[in-house]
Amino acid sequence: MPMEVLLIEDSPGDVRLTQEAFRDANTYIHLHVATDGVAAMAFLRREGVHSQAPRPDFIVLDLNLPKMDGREALAHIKEDYDLKTIPTIILTTSEAEADILKSYQLQANCYLNKPVRLDAFETIVKSINHFWMTMAKLPTQAISE
Amino acid sequence: MSPELIKDSEDRNMFREVFLVEDSPGDVRLTREAFRDVNTSVHLHVATDGVEAMAFLRREGAYVHAPRPDFILLDLNLPKMDGREVLARIKKDDSLKTIPTVILTTSEAEADVANSYRLQANCYLNKPVRFDAFESLVKSINDFWLTKVKLPPQAQSG
Repeated sequence: MPMEVLLIEDSPGDVRLTQEAFRDANTYIHLHVATDGVAAMAFLRREGVHSQAPRPDFIVLDLNLPKMDGREALAHIKEDYDLKTIPTIILTTSEAEADILKSYQLQANCYLNKPVRLDAFETIVKSINHFWMTMAKLPTQAISE
Repeated sequence: MSPELIKDSEDRNMFREVFLVEDSPGDVRLTREAFRDVNTSVHLHVATDGVEAMAFLRREGAYVHAPRPDFILLDLNLPKMDGREVLARIKKDDSLKTIPTVILTTSEAEADVANSYRLQANCYLNKPVRFDAFESLVKSINDFWLTKVKLPPQAQSG
């Protein structure tokens, strides 16, 4: 069964790199993309055009986003009884200790820095794929809904 | 950044304090050996039941000088206070909740997986039964959590 992954990322270049790296690493991923925090929450809550959206098995979240930023989206996800069980990984260029600490306080599952170099970007996406899609046990759709 | 500064910051972050909460002496031994093989900068601390784990984390009694862990590996089935209760207490405590806490258990029950994520476990892993698989899992934990992941800073969160 394919894994449903929601990528919340406003940079078209980073979206493209992430899509390609996941495609290389794992063909059983359906990657969905939201380019701002408001669209992400609408997808997760299946509002409007997203009424048929699947529940993601896994979320990759940038911090700096238009409309609603990643910190607020993370807080909404982790305050929601149904959504909080979805592993949510921060992938951001921010190396600020305040952002790292705040993300863990809001119960991000882990915090990763987005590399600037192409090969390092591919490596980090492959690490995410290896660890979260093959080693970790993710909550099943049925029970967590 | 000058090479000296880079070296300085690497030195400061060189040791990783890893806290293993595990009652099986065999699994403690395997975890210790696997970490020793993959990462010599890991300081592994062990508690064998949930009550001892909370005393370590809160620096009570004999643990007054215990370091704050950078990372916790928590079994679910433990004597005295089980891992679910330990997890709930860690994640309700404002100063402890930022420590990445990864469940490492033989339980494959979907209820345990879902409840652990609901209690805000950072990740859930099954403990393999085969020796080589156990080693490779510890290596993966080291490669991902202790190498790639940015852990919360010690100073602000300690």
